[in-house]
Amino acid sequence: MSLEQFTDRNVGQQHYFKVEIDDYPQTGWEKFKQVTRRALSGELFVGLWVVMREMIKFDIHTVQYPKEKLPIGPRYRAVHEMQRLFESGTERCIGCGLCEKICISDCIRMDTRIDENSRKEVTEYTINLGRCIFCGYCAEVCPELAIVHGPRYENTSEQREHFILFEDMLTPIDMAIKGEQKEYPGFGAVTPHEDARVKKTPLAY
Amino acid sequence: MDTAFIIETLVKIVVVLLVFSALAGFGTYFERKVLAFMQRRLGPMHVGPYGLLQIAADGIKLFTKEDIVPAGVVGPIFKIAPVITAATAFMAAAAIPFLPEFTIFGYTVHPIIADVNIGILYILGVMAIGLYGPLLGGMASNNKWSLISAARGAAIFISYEVVTGLSLLVPLMIVGSLSLLDFNEYQAANGWMAFAHPMGFVSFILFWIAAFAETGRTPFHLVANDHEIIDGFGTEYSGMRWGLFFIGEYANMFFISFVMAIIFLGGYGDGTVMGALGLLLKVAFFFFFFLWTRAAWPDVRPDQLMWLCWKVLMPLAVVNVVITGIVMMF
Repeated sequence: MSLEQFTDRNVGQQHYFKVEIDDYPQTGWEKFKQVTRRALSGELFVGLWVVMREMIKFDIHTVQYPKEKLPIGPRYRAVHEMQRLFESGTERCIGCGLCEKICISDCIRMDTRIDENSRKEVTEYTINLGRCIFCGYCAEVCPELAIVHGPRYENTSEQREHFILFEDMLTPIDMAIKGEQKEYPGFGAVTPHEDARVKKTPLAY
Repeated sequence: MDTAFIIETLVKIVVVLLVFSALAGFGTYFERKVLAFMQRRLGPMHVGPYGLLQIAADGIKLFTKEDIVPAGVVGPIFKIAPVITAATAFMAAAAIPFLPEFTIFGYTVHPIIADVNIGILYILGVMAIGLYGPLLGGMASNNKWSLISAARGAAIFISYEVVTGLSLLVPLMIVGSLSLLDFNEYQAANGWMAFAHPMGFVSFILFWIAAFAETGRTPFHLVANDHEIIDGFGTEYSGMRWGLFFIGEYANMFFISFVMAIIFLGGYGDGTVMGALGLLLKVAFFFFFFLWTRAAWPDVRPDQLMWLCWKVLMPLAVVNVVITGIVMMF
Protein backbone atom coordinates (compact mmCIF):
# COMPACT_ATOMS: atom_id res chain seq x y z
CA MET A 1 0.00 0.00 0.00
CA SER A 2 1.52 3.23 -1.10
CA LEU A 3 1.52 6.44 0.83
CA GLU A 4 -0.62 8.20 -1.73
CA GLN A 5 -3.77 6.49 -0.62
CA PHE A 6 -3.33 7.92 2.84
CA THR A 7 -2.38 11.38 1.73
CA ASP A 8 -5.35 11.64 -0.64
CA ARG A 9 -7.71 13.86 1.25
CA ASN A 10 -10.09 14.30 -1.66
CA VAL A 11 -12.93 12.41 0.01
CA GLY A 12 -16.60 12.77 -0.74
CA GLN A 13 -16.65 11.66 -4.37
CA GLN A 14 -15.59 8.03 -4.50
CA HIS A 15 -17.83 5.82 -2.39
CA TYR A 16 -20.64 8.12 -1.47
CA PHE A 17 -24.11 7.92 -2.91
CA LYS A 18 -26.90 10.37 -2.43
CA VAL A 19 -30.25 9.58 -0.88
CA GLU A 20 -32.92 9.72 -3.51
CA ILE A 21 -35.11 12.72 -2.88
CA ASP A 22 -37.80 13.40 -5.43
CA ASP A 23 -37.97 16.86 -6.90
CA TYR A 24 -40.61 19.04 -5.43
CA PRO A 25 -43.69 19.13 -7.65
CA GLN A 26 -43.79 22.29 -9.72
CA THR A 27 -46.99 22.24 -11.69
CA GLY A 28 -50.48 21.54 -10.44
CA TRP A 29 -50.61 18.25 -12.31
CA GLU A 30 -47.43 17.05 -10.60
CA LYS A 31 -48.82 18.04 -7.23
CA PHE A 32 -52.00 16.14 -8.00
CA LYS A 33 -49.99 13.07 -8.98
CA GLN A 34 -47.98 13.25 -5.76
CA VAL A 35 -51.09 13.55 -3.61
CA THR A 36 -52.75 10.67 -5.43
CA ARG A 37 -49.69 8.46 -5.11
CA ARG A 38 -49.35 9.20 -1.41
CA ALA A 39 -53.05 8.82 -0.77
CA LEU A 40 -53.29 5.46 -2.51
CA SER A 41 -50.02 3.94 -1.36
CA GLY A 42 -51.73 2.70 1.78
CA GLU A 43 -49.10 3.75 4.27
CA LEU A 44 -51.81 4.62 6.77
CA PHE A 45 -53.03 1.05 6.62
CA VAL A 46 -49.50 -0.26 7.11
CA GLY A 47 -49.43 1.77 10.33
CA LEU A 48 -52.78 0.35 11.40
CA TRP A 49 -51.57 -3.18 10.71
CA VAL A 50 -48.34 -2.72 12.67
CA VAL A 51 -50.08 -1.68 15.88
CA MET A 52 -52.77 -4.33 15.44
CA ARG A 53 -50.06 -6.98 14.99
CA GLU A 54 -48.45 -5.91 18.24
CA MET A 55 -51.82 -6.11 19.99
CA ILE A 56 -52.47 -9.62 18.66
CA LYS A 57 -49.00 -10.86 19.52
CA PHE A 58 -49.56 -9.50 23.02
CA ASP A 59 -45.84 -9.42 23.72
CA ILE A 60 -46.07 -7.21 26.78
CA HIS A 61 -42.82 -5.77 28.06
CA THR A 62 -44.14 -4.21 31.23
CA VAL A 63 -42.62 -5.40 34.52
CA GLN A 64 -45.12 -4.85 37.31
CA TYR A 65 -42.40 -3.76 39.66
CA PRO A 66 -43.49 -4.36 43.23
CA LYS A 67 -44.95 -7.73 42.24
CA GLU A 68 -42.36 -8.77 39.69
CA LYS A 69 -38.69 -7.95 39.82
CA LEU A 70 -36.06 -8.23 37.18
CA PRO A 71 -33.18 -10.50 38.19
CA ILE A 72 -30.03 -8.60 39.09
CA GLY A 73 -26.51 -9.71 38.34
CA PRO A 74 -24.48 -11.39 41.08
CA ARG A 75 -21.97 -8.57 40.98
CA TYR A 76 -24.61 -5.92 41.58
CA ARG A 77 -23.48 -3.48 44.25
CA ALA A 78 -26.37 -2.65 46.56
CA VAL A 79 -26.46 -2.03 50.31
CA HIS A 80 -23.56 -3.61 52.22
CA GLU A 81 -23.89 -6.73 54.32
CA MET A 82 -21.65 -8.07 57.07
CA GLN A 83 -21.06 -11.84 57.03
CA ARG A 84 -20.43 -14.22 59.92
CA LEU A 85 -18.15 -17.22 60.12
CA PHE A 86 -19.94 -20.42 59.24
CA GLU A 87 -18.83 -22.71 62.07
CA SER A 88 -18.74 -20.44 65.11
CA GLY A 89 -21.10 -17.71 64.05
CA THR A 90 -18.72 -14.99 65.18
CA GLU A 91 -18.20 -11.92 63.15
CA ARG A 92 -15.80 -12.15 60.27
CA CYS A 93 -14.72 -8.55 60.63
CA ILE A 94 -11.35 -8.33 62.31
CA GLY A 95 -11.28 -4.57 62.54
CA CYS A 96 -8.30 -4.15 60.26
CA GLY A 97 -9.59 -0.81 58.99
CA LEU A 98 -8.73 -1.39 55.32
CA CYS A 99 -12.24 -0.54 54.16
CA GLU A 100 -12.17 2.70 56.12
CA LYS A 101 -8.82 3.51 54.58
CA ILE A 102 -9.74 2.76 50.98
CA CYS A 103 -13.19 4.34 50.97
CA ILE A 104 -12.90 7.11 48.41
CA SER A 105 -16.01 8.95 49.53
CA ASP A 106 -14.87 8.72 53.13
CA CYS A 107 -18.13 7.31 54.43
CA ILE A 108 -16.97 4.35 56.56
CA ARG A 109 -16.18 4.96 60.21
CA MET A 110 -14.99 2.23 62.59
CA ASP A 111 -13.75 2.09 66.12
CA THR A 112 -11.96 -0.89 67.68
CA ARG A 113 -10.56 -2.04 70.97
CA ILE A 114 -8.60 -4.98 72.33
CA ASP A 115 -10.98 -7.24 74.19
CA GLU A 116 -10.39 -9.63 77.11
CA ASN A 117 -9.05 -12.40 74.87
CA SER A 118 -6.65 -9.84 73.40
CA ARG A 119 -8.49 -10.03 70.10
CA LYS A 120 -9.31 -6.92 68.19
CA GLU A 121 -13.00 -6.19 68.46
CA VAL A 122 -15.14 -3.78 66.44
CA THR A 123 -17.08 -1.48 68.72
CA GLU A 124 -18.46 1.00 66.22
CA TYR A 125 -18.97 0.51 62.51
CA THR A 126 -21.11 2.80 60.38
CA ILE A 127 -21.45 3.47 56.69
CA ASN A 128 -22.93 6.80 55.71
CA LEU A 129 -25.08 5.67 52.80
CA GLY A 130 -25.84 9.27 51.94
CA ARG A 131 -22.21 9.63 50.93
CA CYS A 132 -21.53 6.09 49.70
CA ILE A 133 -21.11 5.88 45.95
CA PHE A 134 -21.28 2.05 45.95
CA CYS A 135 -17.93 1.70 44.22
CA GLY A 136 -17.28 -1.65 45.87
CA TYR A 137 -13.70 -0.93 46.97
CA CYS A 138 -14.48 -1.86 50.59
CA ALA A 139 -15.76 -5.28 49.55
CA GLU A 140 -12.83 -5.77 47.23
CA VAL A 141 -10.21 -4.87 49.78
CA CYS A 142 -11.67 -6.85 52.69
CA PRO A 143 -9.26 -9.72 53.47
CA GLU A 144 -11.84 -11.71 55.43
CA LEU A 145 -14.78 -11.50 52.97
CA ALA A 146 -16.62 -9.84 55.83
CA ILE A 147 -18.15 -6.84 54.09
CA VAL A 148 -19.90 -7.61 50.82
CA HIS A 149 -22.38 -5.84 48.64
CA GLY A 150 -25.75 -7.54 49.02
CA PRO A 151 -28.58 -7.74 46.50
CA ARG A 152 -30.94 -5.49 48.46
CA TYR A 153 -31.44 -2.43 46.27
CA GLU A 154 -34.76 -1.31 47.76
CA ASN A 155 -33.31 0.95 50.43
CA THR A 156 -36.20 3.31 50.91
CA SER A 157 -36.60 4.17 54.54
CA GLU A 158 -38.11 6.67 56.91
CA GLN A 159 -34.71 7.74 58.16
CA ARG A 160 -31.37 7.98 56.49
CA GLU A 161 -29.79 6.38 59.57
CA HIS A 162 -31.33 3.04 58.67
CA PHE A 163 -29.15 0.32 57.11
CA ILE A 164 -25.95 1.91 58.23
CA LEU A 165 -25.15 0.39 61.63
CA PHE A 166 -22.97 -2.64 61.95
CA GLU A 167 -25.82 -4.53 63.66
CA ASP A 168 -28.18 -3.79 60.78
CA MET A 169 -25.73 -5.04 58.20
CA LEU A 170 -24.61 -8.08 60.18
CA THR A 171 -26.24 -11.42 59.45
CA PRO A 172 -28.53 -12.15 62.44
CA ILE A 173 -27.02 -14.74 64.75
CA ASP A 174 -30.00 -17.10 64.58
CA MET A 175 -29.77 -17.17 60.79
CA ALA A 176 -26.05 -17.87 60.99
CA ILE A 177 -26.57 -20.75 63.43
CA LYS A 178 -29.20 -22.31 61.19
CA GLY A 179 -26.79 -22.02 58.27
CA GLU A 180 -29.06 -19.73 56.34
CA GLN A 181 -26.36 -17.23 55.60
CA LYS A 182 -25.52 -17.35 51.94
CA GLU A 183 -22.03 -16.84 50.71
CA TYR A 184 -22.75 -13.98 48.41
CA PRO A 185 -21.12 -14.53 45.02
CA GLY A 186 -20.98 -10.86 44.35
CA PHE A 187 -18.51 -8.08 44.61
CA GLY A 188 -15.48 -8.83 46.74
CA ALA A 189 -16.23 -12.56 46.99
CA VAL A 190 -13.93 -15.34 45.88
CA THR A 191 -14.40 -16.14 42.22
CA PRO A 192 -15.74 -19.65 41.53
CA HIS A 193 -12.59 -21.11 39.97
CA GLU A 194 -10.22 -19.72 42.56
CA ASP A 195 -9.04 -23.15 43.77
CA ALA A 196 -7.92 -24.18 40.31
CA ARG A 197 -6.21 -20.93 39.61
CA VAL A 198 -4.36 -20.50 42.89
CA LYS A 199 -0.55 -20.78 42.67
CA LYS A 200 2.02 -21.61 45.20
CA THR A 201 3.54 -18.73 47.01
CA PRO A 202 6.73 -18.00 45.11
CA LEU A 203 9.14 -18.64 47.93
CA ALA A 204 11.77 -19.84 45.54
CA TYR A 205 12.71 -16.35 44.51
CA MET B 1 -100.13 13.09 25.54
CA ASP B 2 -100.84 10.44 28.14
CA THR B 3 -99.02 9.82 31.39
CA ALA B 4 -97.47 6.52 30.27
CA PHE B 5 -95.71 8.24 27.40
CA ILE B 6 -94.27 10.93 29.68
CA ILE B 7 -93.05 8.39 32.21
CA GLU B 8 -91.58 6.21 29.47
CA THR B 9 -89.75 9.17 27.95
CA LEU B 10 -88.37 10.27 31.31
CA VAL B 11 -87.16 6.74 32.04
CA LYS B 12 -85.51 6.57 28.64
CA ILE B 13 -83.79 9.89 29.19
CA VAL B 14 -82.42 8.76 32.54
CA VAL B 15 -81.29 5.44 31.12
CA VAL B 16 -79.49 7.07 28.18
CA LEU B 17 -77.84 9.59 30.49
CA LEU B 18 -76.66 6.97 32.96
CA VAL B 19 -75.60 4.39 30.39
CA PHE B 20 -73.60 6.79 28.27
CA SER B 21 -72.03 8.58 31.23
CA ALA B 22 -70.85 5.17 32.42
CA LEU B 23 -69.80 4.22 28.89
CA ALA B 24 -67.76 7.40 28.68
CA GLY B 25 -65.89 6.22 31.76
CA PHE B 26 -65.43 2.75 30.33
CA GLY B 27 -64.36 4.37 27.10
CA THR B 28 -61.39 5.95 28.84
CA TYR B 29 -60.53 2.56 30.33
CA PHE B 30 -60.73 0.83 26.95
CA GLU B 31 -58.73 3.60 25.35
CA ARG B 32 -55.93 3.28 27.86
CA LYS B 33 -55.95 -0.51 27.61
CA VAL B 34 -56.02 -0.65 23.81
CA LEU B 35 -53.33 2.00 23.44
CA ALA B 36 -51.22 0.17 25.99
CA PHE B 37 -51.57 -3.20 24.27
CA MET B 38 -50.68 -1.67 20.93
CA GLN B 39 -47.55 -0.18 22.51
CA ARG B 40 -46.59 -3.41 24.34
CA ARG B 41 -47.65 -2.05 27.71
CA LEU B 42 -50.24 -3.25 30.20
CA GLY B 43 -52.12 -0.07 30.97
CA PRO B 44 -53.94 0.41 34.27
CA MET B 45 -53.49 -2.73 36.39
CA HIS B 46 -53.49 -1.79 40.05
CA VAL B 47 -56.97 -0.53 40.95
CA GLY B 48 -59.23 -3.56 41.03
CA PRO B 49 -58.85 -6.67 38.86
CA TYR B 50 -57.06 -5.74 35.64
CA GLY B 51 -57.43 -2.10 36.63
CA LEU B 52 -61.20 -2.18 36.10
CA LEU B 53 -61.90 0.11 39.06
CA GLN B 54 -59.60 2.75 37.62
CA ILE B 55 -62.77 4.44 36.34
CA ALA B 56 -64.09 4.76 39.89
CA ALA B 57 -60.76 6.13 41.07
CA ASP B 58 -60.74 8.68 38.25
CA GLY B 59 -64.32 9.65 39.01
CA ILE B 60 -63.61 10.16 42.70
CA LYS B 61 -60.57 12.21 41.81
CA LEU B 62 -62.49 14.42 39.39
CA PHE B 63 -65.42 14.94 41.75
CA THR B 64 -63.35 15.80 44.80
CA LYS B 65 -60.81 18.06 43.13
CA GLU B 66 -60.92 21.73 43.92
CA ASP B 67 -62.95 23.73 41.43
CA ILE B 68 -60.65 26.52 40.35
CA VAL B 69 -61.88 29.54 38.42
CA PRO B 70 -58.67 31.41 37.65
CA ALA B 71 -58.33 35.17 37.91
CA GLY B 72 -58.90 37.05 34.69
CA VAL B 73 -61.32 34.61 33.08
CA VAL B 74 -64.75 35.63 31.91
CA GLY B 75 -66.59 33.90 34.72
CA PRO B 76 -70.07 33.03 33.41
CA ILE B 77 -68.82 31.91 30.00
CA PHE B 78 -65.96 29.97 31.53
CA LYS B 79 -68.43 28.15 33.75
CA ILE B 80 -71.03 27.38 31.11
CA ALA B 81 -68.66 26.14 28.38
CA PRO B 82 -68.17 22.57 29.69
CA VAL B 83 -71.90 22.26 30.24
CA ILE B 84 -72.50 23.10 26.58
CA THR B 85 -70.17 20.32 25.43
CA ALA B 86 -71.66 17.65 27.67
CA ALA B 87 -75.27 18.77 27.25
CA THR B 88 -75.24 18.98 23.46
CA ALA B 89 -73.58 15.58 23.23
CA PHE B 90 -76.44 14.04 25.19
CA MET B 91 -79.11 16.14 23.48
CA ALA B 92 -77.98 14.73 20.16
CA ALA B 93 -78.75 11.27 21.51
CA ALA B 94 -82.47 12.08 21.61
CA ALA B 95 -83.03 11.22 17.96
CA ILE B 96 -80.84 8.12 17.78
CA PRO B 97 -82.54 4.70 17.83
CA PHE B 98 -80.17 2.72 20.01
CA LEU B 99 -81.91 -0.64 19.62
CA PRO B 100 -84.84 -2.06 17.66
CA GLU B 101 -88.14 -1.83 19.47
CA PHE B 102 -88.74 -4.66 21.89
CA THR B 103 -91.51 -5.83 24.22
CA ILE B 104 -90.90 -6.13 27.93
CA PHE B 105 -93.67 -7.28 30.33
CA GLY B 106 -96.21 -6.79 27.56
CA TYR B 107 -95.18 -3.17 27.00
CA THR B 108 -93.60 -2.19 23.71
CA VAL B 109 -90.56 0.02 24.16
CA HIS B 110 -89.16 2.18 21.39
CA PRO B 111 -85.53 2.79 22.35
CA ILE B 112 -85.52 6.24 20.76
CA ILE B 113 -86.36 9.22 22.90
CA ALA B 114 -87.94 11.38 20.22
CA ASP B 115 -88.64 10.04 16.73
CA VAL B 116 -88.62 13.45 15.10
CA ASN B 117 -89.00 13.39 11.33
CA ILE B 118 -85.88 15.54 10.85
CA GLY B 119 -83.76 13.28 13.05
CA ILE B 120 -80.42 13.49 11.27
CA LEU B 121 -80.73 17.24 10.77
CA TYR B 122 -81.39 17.63 14.48
CA ILE B 123 -78.41 15.45 15.40
CA LEU B 124 -76.05 17.34 13.12
CA GLY B 125 -77.31 20.69 14.38
CA VAL B 126 -76.98 19.84 18.05
CA MET B 127 -73.57 18.24 17.59
CA ALA B 128 -72.47 21.39 15.80
CA ILE B 129 -73.58 23.49 18.77
CA GLY B 130 -71.25 21.33 20.84
CA LEU B 131 -68.37 23.19 19.28
CA TYR B 132 -69.33 26.24 21.34
CA GLY B 133 -67.93 24.43 24.38
CA PRO B 134 -64.29 24.45 23.24
CA LEU B 135 -64.75 27.76 21.47
CA LEU B 136 -66.22 29.72 24.38
CA GLY B 137 -64.12 27.88 26.97
CA GLY B 138 -60.96 28.64 25.03
CA MET B 139 -61.81 32.29 24.49
CA ALA B 140 -62.88 32.88 28.09
CA SER B 141 -59.90 31.14 29.68
CA ASN B 142 -57.43 34.05 29.59
CA ASN B 143 -54.76 31.67 28.34
CA LYS B 144 -52.80 31.78 25.11
CA TRP B 145 -52.97 28.05 24.51
CA SER B 146 -56.70 28.04 25.04
CA LEU B 147 -57.10 30.95 22.64
CA ILE B 148 -55.11 29.13 19.94
CA SER B 149 -57.27 26.09 20.56
CA ALA B 150 -60.46 28.13 20.18
CA ALA B 151 -59.21 29.67 16.95
CA ARG B 152 -58.31 26.25 15.60
CA GLY B 153 -61.66 24.91 16.66
CA ALA B 154 -63.50 27.60 14.74
CA ALA B 155 -61.39 27.13 11.61
CA ILE B 156 -61.69 23.36 11.64
CA PHE B 157 -65.39 23.49 12.40
CA ILE B 158 -66.16 25.40 9.22
CA SER B 159 -64.08 22.94 7.22
CA TYR B 160 -65.45 19.65 8.38
CA GLU B 161 -69.09 20.63 8.74
CA VAL B 162 -69.19 21.27 4.98
CA VAL B 163 -67.93 17.76 4.33
CA THR B 164 -70.30 16.25 6.87
CA GLY B 165 -73.34 17.92 5.36
CA LEU B 166 -72.44 17.21 1.74
CA SER B 167 -71.55 13.60 2.38
CA LEU B 168 -74.85 13.07 4.18
CA LEU B 169 -76.76 14.51 1.23
CA VAL B 170 -76.22 11.33 -0.77
CA PRO B 171 -77.96 8.92 1.63
CA LEU B 172 -80.63 11.55 2.18
CA MET B 173 -81.30 11.71 -1.57
CA ILE B 174 -81.35 7.95 -1.88
CA VAL B 175 -83.62 7.32 1.10
CA GLY B 176 -85.69 10.48 0.80
CA SER B 177 -86.20 10.95 4.53
CA LEU B 178 -84.40 12.53 7.47
CA SER B 179 -85.57 10.12 10.13
CA LEU B 180 -83.04 7.54 11.26
CA LEU B 181 -85.81 4.94 11.52
CA ASP B 182 -86.53 5.40 7.81
CA PHE B 183 -82.83 4.97 7.06
CA ASN B 184 -82.90 1.72 8.95
CA GLU B 185 -86.00 0.41 7.19
CA TYR B 186 -84.65 1.36 3.77
CA GLN B 187 -81.43 -0.51 4.41
CA ALA B 188 -83.23 -3.52 5.84
CA ALA B 189 -85.03 -3.77 2.51
CA ASN B 190 -82.30 -2.72 0.07
CA GLY B 191 -78.98 -3.63 1.68
CA TRP B 192 -76.44 -1.51 3.48
CA MET B 193 -76.04 2.02 2.22
CA ALA B 194 -72.25 1.80 2.20
CA PHE B 195 -72.18 -1.27 -0.04
CA ALA B 196 -75.40 -1.17 -2.05
CA HIS B 197 -74.43 2.04 -3.87
CA PRO B 198 -70.92 3.12 -4.91
CA MET B 199 -71.90 6.72 -4.10
CA GLY B 200 -73.02 5.56 -0.69
CA PHE B 201 -69.60 4.05 -0.09
CA VAL B 202 -67.83 7.26 -1.05
CA SER B 203 -70.04 9.33 1.23
CA PHE B 204 -69.52 6.75 4.00
CA ILE B 205 -65.76 7.24 3.81
CA LEU B 206 -66.15 11.03 3.65
CA PHE B 207 -68.47 11.06 6.65
CA TRP B 208 -66.13 8.76 8.55
CA ILE B 209 -63.21 11.13 7.97
CA ALA B 210 -65.34 14.11 8.99
CA ALA B 211 -66.42 12.22 12.12
CA PHE B 212 -62.79 12.19 13.25
CA ALA B 213 -62.73 15.98 12.95
CA GLU B 214 -66.15 16.28 14.57
CA THR B 215 -65.09 14.34 17.67
CA GLY B 216 -61.56 15.73 17.61
CA ARG B 217 -59.88 12.35 17.51
CA THR B 218 -56.31 11.69 16.63
CA PRO B 219 -55.56 12.39 13.01
CA PHE B 220 -57.45 15.65 13.54
CA HIS B 221 -56.77 16.09 17.24
CA LEU B 222 -55.88 19.74 16.86
CA VAL B 223 -58.17 21.49 19.28
CA ALA B 224 -56.55 19.92 22.34
CA ASN B 225 -53.21 18.76 21.04
CA ASP B 226 -51.19 17.89 24.12
CA HIS B 227 -47.74 18.30 22.63
CA GLU B 228 -48.42 21.68 21.03
CA ILE B 229 -50.98 23.58 23.06
CA ILE B 230 -51.09 21.72 26.42
CA ASP B 231 -54.74 20.73 26.63
CA GLY B 232 -56.03 23.58 24.48
CA PHE B 233 -59.35 24.83 25.77
CA GLY B 234 -59.08 22.55 28.80
CA THR B 235 -55.81 23.98 30.10
CA GLU B 236 -57.39 26.19 32.76
CA TYR B 237 -60.13 23.77 33.76
CA SER B 238 -59.96 21.52 36.78
CA GLY B 239 -62.06 18.94 38.52
CA MET B 240 -65.54 18.22 37.30
CA ARG B 241 -65.63 21.09 34.81
CA TRP B 242 -62.84 19.41 32.92
CA GLY B 243 -64.61 16.10 33.50
CA LEU B 244 -67.69 17.42 31.68
CA PHE B 245 -65.57 18.19 28.63
CA PHE B 246 -64.24 14.67 28.87
CA ILE B 247 -67.65 13.02 29.19
CA GLY B 248 -68.91 15.10 26.30
CA GLU B 249 -66.02 14.04 24.07
CA TYR B 250 -66.45 10.34 24.76
CA ALA B 251 -70.26 10.44 24.57
CA ASN B 252 -69.85 12.20 21.23
CA MET B 253 -67.64 9.37 20.01
CA PHE B 254 -70.30 6.81 20.93
CA PHE B 255 -73.14 8.80 19.38
CA ILE B 256 -71.33 9.49 16.12
CA SER B 257 -70.52 5.77 15.96
CA PHE B 258 -74.24 5.03 16.32
CA VAL B 259 -75.08 7.55 13.61
CA MET B 260 -72.54 6.05 11.20
CA ALA B 261 -73.70 2.52 11.90
CA ILE B 262 -77.36 3.44 11.40
CA ILE B 263 -76.99 5.60 8.30
CA PHE B 264 -74.37 3.66 6.39
CA LEU B 265 -74.03 0.15 7.81
CA GLY B 266 -77.62 -0.97 8.05
CA GLY B 267 -78.33 -0.10 11.69
CA TYR B 268 -80.16 -2.87 13.52
CA GLY B 269 -81.46 -4.38 10.29
CA ASP B 270 -84.72 -6.27 10.57
CA GLY B 271 -85.01 -5.63 14.30
CA THR B 272 -84.29 -9.11 15.63
CA VAL B 273 -81.95 -9.83 18.51
CA MET B 274 -79.18 -10.57 16.03
CA GLY B 275 -79.79 -7.24 14.37
CA ALA B 276 -79.52 -5.44 17.70
CA LEU B 277 -76.30 -7.27 18.52
CA GLY B 278 -75.03 -6.41 15.05
CA LEU B 279 -75.67 -2.72 15.67
CA LEU B 280 -73.78 -2.85 18.95
CA LEU B 281 -70.92 -4.70 17.22
CA LYS B 282 -70.71 -2.06 14.49
CA VAL B 283 -70.69 0.70 17.10
CA ALA B 284 -67.99 -1.15 19.03
CA PHE B 285 -65.93 -1.41 15.85
CA PHE B 286 -66.25 2.28 15.11
CA PHE B 287 -65.29 3.14 18.69
CA PHE B 288 -62.34 0.75 18.53
CA PHE B 289 -61.27 2.35 15.27
CA PHE B 290 -61.13 5.74 17.01
CA LEU B 291 -58.66 4.23 19.50
CA TRP B 292 -56.82 2.25 16.84
CA THR B 293 -56.01 5.29 14.74
CA ARG B 294 -54.83 7.09 17.85
CA ALA B 295 -52.21 4.40 18.35
CA ALA B 296 -51.16 4.30 14.69
CA TRP B 297 -51.50 7.65 13.01
CA PRO B 298 -49.78 10.99 13.44
CA ASP B 299 -51.62 14.27 13.81
CA VAL B 300 -51.94 16.68 10.92
CA ARG B 301 -51.45 20.40 11.11
CA PRO B 302 -54.51 22.69 11.11
CA ASP B 303 -53.67 24.02 7.66
CA GLN B 304 -53.34 20.46 6.38
CA LEU B 305 -56.73 19.57 7.77
CA MET B 306 -58.31 22.60 6.15
CA TRP B 307 -56.51 21.80 2.91
CA LEU B 308 -57.85 18.26 3.09
CA CYS B 309 -61.39 19.34 3.85
CA TRP B 310 -61.71 22.19 1.38
CA LYS B 311 -59.59 21.02 -1.54
CA VAL B 312 -59.99 17.25 -1.49
CA LEU B 313 -63.01 16.10 0.47
CA MET B 314 -65.44 18.87 -0.41
CA PRO B 315 -64.94 18.57 -4.22
CA LEU B 316 -65.27 14.81 -3.88
CA ALA B 317 -68.48 15.23 -1.91
CA VAL B 318 -69.92 17.69 -4.43
CA VAL B 319 -69.08 15.42 -7.37
CA ASN B 320 -70.59 12.55 -5.41
CA VAL B 321 -73.82 14.47 -4.91
CA VAL B 322 -74.01 15.42 -8.59
CA ILE B 323 -73.42 11.85 -9.74
CA THR B 324 -76.07 10.61 -7.33
CA GLY B 325 -78.52 13.14 -8.70
CA ILE B 326 -77.81 12.09 -12.29
CA VAL B 327 -78.15 8.42 -11.42
CA MET B 328 -81.44 9.03 -9.61
CA MET B 329 -82.83 11.11 -12.44
CA PHE B 330 -82.34 8.40 -15.05
